[in-house]
Amino acid sequence: MQGMESTIKIRVVHLYKSFGDKQVLRGVDLEVWQGESMVVIGGSGSGKTVLIKCIIGLIRPEQGEIRVDGLEITSLNAKEMNEVRKKFGMLFQAGALFDSMKVWENVGFGLRQQTRLSEEEIRKNASEKLALVGLKDVEDLMPSELSGGMRKRVSLARAIAMEPEILLYDEPTTGIDPIMADAINDLIVQMKEKLNVTSIAITHDIKSAYKIADRIAMLYQGKIIEVGTPEEIRNSPNPMVQQFVEGRSEGPIKIL
Amino acid sequence: MILFVQTLGWIFRPPLQGREILKQMEEVGVRSFPVVVITAGFTGMVLALQSFTGFKRFGAETMVGTIVALSMTRELGPVLTGLMVSGRMGSAMAAELGTMRVTEQIDALYTLATNPIKYLIVPRFLATLIMLPILVIFADVIGILGGYLVSVQILGTNPTLYFRRTWDFLELIDLYSGLLKAVFFGMILATISCYQGFSTQGGAEGVGRATTKAVVLSSLTILIFNYFITAFLF
Repeated sequence: MQGMESTIKIRVVHLYKSFGDKQVLRGVDLEVWQGESMVVIGGSGSGKTVLIKCIIGLIRPEQGEIRVDGLEITSLNAKEMNEVRKKFGMLFQAGALFDSMKVWENVGFGLRQQTRLSEEEIRKNASEKLALVGLKDVEDLMPSELSGGMRKRVSLARAIAMEPEILLYDEPTTGIDPIMADAINDLIVQMKEKLNVTSIAITHDIKSAYKIADRIAMLYQGKIIEVGTPEEIRNSPNPMVQQFVEGRSEGPIKIL
Repeated sequence: MILFVQTLGWIFRPPLQGREILKQMEEVGVRSFPVVVITAGFTGMVLALQSFTGFKRFGAETMVGTIVALSMTRELGPVLTGLMVSGRMGSAMAAELGTMRVTEQIDALYTLATNPIKYLIVPRFLATLIMLPILVIFADVIGILGGYLVSVQILGTNPTLYFRRTWDFLELIDLYSGLLKAVFFGMILATISCYQGFSTQGGAEGVGRATTKAVVLSSLTILIFNYFITAFLF
């Protein structure tokens, strides 16, 4: 991955966000390089989800900057933000599939909204994307008929349908069994290799993070406290990082 | 209120979500039809009975047809249709949008570069706006027929006389004012219900709260606006 460091795809600078009295992000700084897979780890309530939703413009931060390909996005209006979002695809934690639509319509949603392709072409494209995530013959099922792991795959197929430059993964392995989780990890690695995307995943699954990350950043109490390769994180002298990656309940991080 | 203005803004921006509008029109119009028919029919019938009792006391039984027609077109047609559709569709809109909110489907729309106001709210708004007046026309006709049925079959009024009393005193303004109300009620119930659904927070419980609020607020707002629209047209 060295040598690609020169191009910064996403840069987050001093990001602050609070909800009511609760300060969630307290000055997050993060750089994500072109083509790399960045994984943000952190405990529940550390602000991971808020961070990823700020990056795709679902939540507006109070202070700070987010630059995507150099363009500052926190001050954009709805229409400009819409254009920026075309660079993104996002896998939601529980899939967030449209439950009134069949699987292929879910995957083809972006194409239907933004292109003038015929229904057959959209369906064909949806089948290709589904094949890419290892699914076939599910086109005509409804989302409620799918298992948790399949929902995540369909959601991933929908996220890559418009061939985005950046993929965001919200807890990709949460809520599915370990074997399925590993299959999703493999898919994420494949996506990076096949589609050459830049990706940001948030997770508290450290095993998943080691597998999919080029670099890992740890978010704690609304700040990034450490960034490094999986190897560097594993050997980090920071006691909080150590506690998290080893999954111990005693240590500097107190459980509320 | 802000949502209302945003919705109006998005209505005129292409592309129009034709498929979604038709789906919602079917939902609001066709599926609400039986409810509206039963409500209007029985209301027309009871109206005939009650006004007959009243008019009999001063020997004006023949005016029943007039009073049924005026009450239905000016008042009960639009108000009852508005309330029934609030109960049926307002709750459905709030529950559906609320569920989409809490399961991140609305966020997913944004990430697919689709504005949820345009994709979800505008079709519901337009469908309600178009279908409510149509439902009211049916309600008016069926209410009047209900009144006719009771008067002629049960109370023994002369059928020709009943219809003459209906037609002679019914003016176009009666119909128009009812339809104008229907348009307003449609905007009120779609905006309030969609807003409640759209701003849902807090899981299944939140969806329940949003649904209740959608029905209660739409119904109350319809009743309050009903007075002011009537007073304005008086």
